[in-house]
Amino acid sequence: MCSPYRIELAGLALLVLAGCNKGPATDLPVRQLGSRAVIDSALTAGLSRSAVSEDPRAALYYDNAAAVNTGRRLFGQYNCSGCHSNGGGGMGPSLMDDEWIYGGRLEQIHQTLVEGRPNGMPSWGGKVPDEQLWQLAAYVRSMSLPATLAAQNGSTPSQAPAPVPREADDHAGWSPPPNTTNDYTTITTGPQ
Amino acid sequence: MRFPSTILLALAPLAAVAQTVPAPVPANEVFAREEIGHALAEPTPQAGRTAPSAANAPEDDGQWTMPSKNYASTRFSALTELTPQNVKGLQPLFTFSLAVNKGQEAAPIVADNTMFVVTAYPNYVYALDLTKPGAPLKWKFAPKPLPASQGVACCDVVNRGGSVSNGKYIFNTLDGQTIALDVNSGKPLWRTRLGNINTGESITMAPLVAKGRVYVGNSGGELGVRGWITALDENTGKLLWKAYNTGPDRDVLIGPGFNPPYAMDRGTDLGVKSWPPQAWKIGGGNVWGWITYDAELDTLYHGTANPGPWNADQRPGDNKWTAGIFARDPASGTARWFYQFSPHDEHDYDGINEQILLDMPFAGRMDKVLIHFDRNGYIYIIQRATGKVLSADPFGPVNTSRGVDLATGRLILNPAKQTKLGQVVGNICPTASGAKDWNPSSFSPQTGLLYIPHENICMDWMNMQVSYIAGTPYVGANVHMKPGPGGHRGELTAWDPVRRAPVWVDKENFPIWSGTVVTAGDLVFYGTMDGWFKAVNARTGELAWRAKVDSGIISQPISYRGPDGHQYIAVLSGVGGWSGVVVSGPVDPRDGSAALGMVNVMSDLPKYTTAGGTLYVFALPH
Repeated sequence: MCSPYRIELAGLALLVLAGCNKGPATDLPVRQLGSRAVIDSALTAGLSRSAVSEDPRAALYYDNAAAVNTGRRLFGQYNCSGCHSNGGGGMGPSLMDDEWIYGGRLEQIHQTLVEGRPNGMPSWGGKVPDEQLWQLAAYVRSMSLPATLAAQNGSTPSQAPAPVPREADDHAGWSPPPNTTNDYTTITTGPQ
Repeated sequence: MRFPSTILLALAPLAAVAQTVPAPVPANEVFAREEIGHALAEPTPQAGRTAPSAANAPEDDGQWTMPSKNYASTRFSALTELTPQNVKGLQPLFTFSLAVNKGQEAAPIVADNTMFVVTAYPNYVYALDLTKPGAPLKWKFAPKPLPASQGVACCDVVNRGGSVSNGKYIFNTLDGQTIALDVNSGKPLWRTRLGNINTGESITMAPLVAKGRVYVGNSGGELGVRGWITALDENTGKLLWKAYNTGPDRDVLIGPGFNPPYAMDRGTDLGVKSWPPQAWKIGGGNVWGWITYDAELDTLYHGTANPGPWNADQRPGDNKWTAGIFARDPASGTARWFYQFSPHDEHDYDGINEQILLDMPFAGRMDKVLIHFDRNGYIYIIQRATGKVLSADPFGPVNTSRGVDLATGRLILNPAKQTKLGQVVGNICPTASGAKDWNPSSFSPQTGLLYIPHENICMDWMNMQVSYIAGTPYVGANVHMKPGPGGHRGELTAWDPVRRAPVWVDKENFPIWSGTVVTAGDLVFYGTMDGWFKAVNARTGELAWRAKVDSGIISQPISYRGPDGHQYIAVLSGVGGWSGVVVSGPVDPRDGSAALGMVNVMSDLPKYTTAGGTLYVFALPH
């Protein structure tokens, strides 16, 4: 039941994952936190929407101005800004562009915060209250919203984060709907 | 030509990619050299010739077995084949891809006709056979450092090189190991784990090997890591001693033999008392730069890095023993003297830059001195036996201080440029990375000049409250850098240490983040961040030759004699490091505060170069 194809059993995800979590491989701190365990991610292209499990807890943090503003405060308090600056990165990757190594949906960002990632992202599950991790995820998701980028004044971005519209994540992983993520197609011109 | 409006709309977000570099700081914001430079005595050049001692700089054997060339750290090559006249014919002889596109800061090492190169993370080591055409690979060693170590490296995943000693190539890994490889087989003879990445600790420095010991220090001053230096047995990797740079005297290895030259450094447990309670445990003072061994005085010298966090409001006190320099007994680690360049540092002025050991005329007689080019903007000439400062002169833009009080040894702070909580203090010079960073200078006994590769960058800075969370950045500052007076961001300065003045200055658009090497043919070689490898006349600064390489250069060039007796010049390309992470790292140029504020002043670098990593070897056609 812990096969890599479990993503296809989205409807049963809760049950399946509960079973899997008895094994050491997926025995992550998040399990202690609440009703639901690890979220399935759609990291590859071409998956149909139905193949992506959706975390019902994410719903609270869409269209939620308080969430992104609290997230912004926490982003500084938990030293996220130490690595990711104000979204532009440094020790850690930039968060304000449209490149997502581990998925850019709200629940995927939350999952990254919970589990950590192998190239240096610490795991925060069990260390930071889960609600705060969702607020942080909402702020991070907001950084690349066109509305947030448009509000940048000067050389410090992400200071006026727009709430994350529900439709921003209304996709299965290949590309977001128009106008919900900055189309940061880069063309670099040479020196003049 | 007119574009249809739809195309213009589509282009609109693209314009944001290229942020403009901010305007330079006005020239009247910084102090004149004559105004703030001080010395204990007037120059007496007639008292003798400046040179390293034979013990610290033995006769050049044509090899390059340690990054600094010799213990004196002159980076002087006695080879004379290349001259300002014939260097125009210099050609690339072979190149070798390092297979790592991160900042390459190491010096190639040449011993027994083999060249050794260590890369940025994942710290591959290559050994190339120089006796065969094209210098084929003898072996490659992949140490497989922990991938998570990338997340605790403050300023790109760099490595500053290894050394060959007694049949071993000895180097460090980002995840905190020191490894000795058999030079013939590449097999590890020993590997010792010294750092713990879970506390934010990493190692990026080049180990120093001297007298059967390997000296290593840690990185992590931006993550609240307590700094230390350690000595390992060269043959076994066994730990011989370890000295911390904060905390009680017993940890710092301060005992009865400790004789600091100034009253400010005398007292018991200053490494505890000059901090708020417990703050010394997460206070930095790391050793990620250069350790120097003095064979004449049998003494070790090493700088200590910035105190943590950057927000100085959270750590009132002098924050001993950070941002200074220790002299230690190499056998026991016991401290002999200490001098603090920047007590209670407020600007990230690490004291870890190189020291060059010379015998120099001062006050009418020859003196044994070390020359240190500090991030705070001063060239310090320090008496090696005592730690006393003989002179301190600015070599870059300075307004954070008004010179060094040579009676007390203390830096005279400028209150207008002290950092504040929640308030931006503008036009602070030099910037956090200093008037000069880690990349080493060279010295020619022929010209008597030091060749200093450095920066002309300033900054705006605001302190912010920060909490310590193990393994995460402990910084507490929002920084935006900007060019210094004149707008050029880099300089190569030829400095006369006896007359305390520059002889010539070459300007560069970007900060010079590579080292220099000077040859007996009177050429100085260095690389630029936009990918030029240059040779200039050591006496005039005039450009004598240049070649464009695949990526910016931030490494340490060397000069060696090949198996055929000819002179070769080797350098690694591969832009990155703190200043180049906007190209080599996952960094967005739209955030000026990214990479600790460096992106603000380097956002145009992606126009000039791309990430890379290649060994280049040049020679005259023969």
